[in-house]
Amino acid sequence: MLIACPHCGPRDLAEFTYQGDANRTRPDPASADAAAWEAYVYDRVNTAGRHREYWQHAGGCRAHLIVERDTLSHEIFAVTMARTKREPAR
Amino acid sequence: MAEYSLLSLARNALSGNRDWKPAWRKPEPKPQYDVIIVSGGGHGLSTAYYLAKEHGITNVAVIEKGWLGSGNVGRNTTIVRSNYLLPDNVRFYEHSMKLWENLSHDLNYNVMFSQRGILNLAHTPGQMDEFARRGNAMRHEGVDAELIVGAEAVQKLVPGLDTSRSARFPIVGGLLQPRAGTARHDAVAWGYARAADRRGVDIVENCEVTGFLREGDRIVGVATTRGEIRARKVAIAVAGSTGRVMKLAGIDRLPIESHLLQAFVSEALKPVLHTVLTFGAGHLYASQSDKGGLVFGGDIDGYNSYAQRGHLPVVEDVASEFVAMFPGFSRVRLLRSWGGIMDMSMDGSPIIAAGPLPGMFLNCGWCYGGFKATPASGWCFAWTIAREEPHPLNAAFTLDRFQRGILIDEKGQGATPRLH
Repeated sequence: MLIACPHCGPRDLAEFTYQGDANRTRPDPASADAAAWEAYVYDRVNTAGRHREYWQHAGGCRAHLIVERDTLSHEIFAVTMARTKREPAR
Repeated sequence: MAEYSLLSLARNALSGNRDWKPAWRKPEPKPQYDVIIVSGGGHGLSTAYYLAKEHGITNVAVIEKGWLGSGNVGRNTTIVRSNYLLPDNVRFYEHSMKLWENLSHDLNYNVMFSQRGILNLAHTPGQMDEFARRGNAMRHEGVDAELIVGAEAVQKLVPGLDTSRSARFPIVGGLLQPRAGTARHDAVAWGYARAADRRGVDIVENCEVTGFLREGDRIVGVATTRGEIRARKVAIAVAGSTGRVMKLAGIDRLPIESHLLQAFVSEALKPVLHTVLTFGAGHLYASQSDKGGLVFGGDIDGYNSYAQRGHLPVVEDVASEFVAMFPGFSRVRLLRSWGGIMDMSMDGSPIIAAGPLPGMFLNCGWCYGGFKATPASGWCFAWTIAREEPHPLNAAFTLDRFQRGILIDEKGQGATPRLH
């Protein structure tokens, strides 16, 4: 699998670290809403198909990325910087 | 009389083996059952068997999308063990071990359970301390464990292993569970299927669940490619497909990620490895099948996948680890590799519980240790379904333990499924 890092171009999977489901929203750090924290820490959409997920280009520019990838075919549709995260999609 | 006996084998041999009955019927699904089990893998079939045997509930359908045993029950590396650290885990898996020890007799079907032992190798004094702790925890629960101290003692147990000081990761000892071993995984599926069928359970193959029937909040059956089937209780045991199936019931998020695990088998060799062996300086588990092939596996691929086929970095990884242990295997050829979808939970432990919707029961989160759990998983799930309350053995394996902060994290990795 090749991931096209926005800074470095297409690079081998081995350079990247997987960081999981990007369809989650971190609650306000001051929030004491236990259910929201539980959902953020433990619950996953686990989609069969198009899945938005975090990767870090740990063996390269170290940027945190959001990759949209098909979990059935491993086709990659989009790679964006994690800091430009959109609202979570299903 | 038992279906398979010396007498029946002799009689059928004389009649040219033409009179054997099929191991299970191919019934049309009835419109209504007491319990529907989705689907026909190891855990679903054992659940059906124990519902019939232990609880007298025989009006049961097992609904399988493909053919019976086409998923992970036929894709694993067949290892059976109960060498866990945490009390909830060691008790549960030891119950499974005890069921395994009598399984061929119980099912009247030879599952080829072979208690050849499992040896976890240690390469550092720190690992030896950890193994001593785990071994003591096991013995405290009445499970057999032996600390093997020194490379010479390991050499006696596994002669082909590189136990020299010049090995890439010199071996200093290990933890042995003598009662652990392997079983013929297909036979486990077929044995449970036949035994459940003979007690009246309908096993419906080629029947995919496409939705759930509801009355208000309550699940009252399933819509399938072969029509609607109703039941008072619907039990889900679909391993790596848990996310997909639960979405059909409107449950969008669960503490589960589906990941891909590969397994490998080499060409057949003469007997060379007579225990199950795990490498302690990486992640590799290996045994030799009765046919002679070296059966082994390692880490999951490391990112969400439903692909049922793996990537090459793991192949390189496991092969290099195997050769680090056994330099003599460097020219052994790989025969086949394949992949299965694992339901990785957020703490590495399973979920066997009623819910999350009324009328529904959920069995998932087996990570990649589901095969050894097959008997106890079905036994506990059947109890939970029949009595609508958990048995003490699975009382800790709830779905809401993540909300309540009572996690069972054997490895202490936190909510990072790719590391469990």
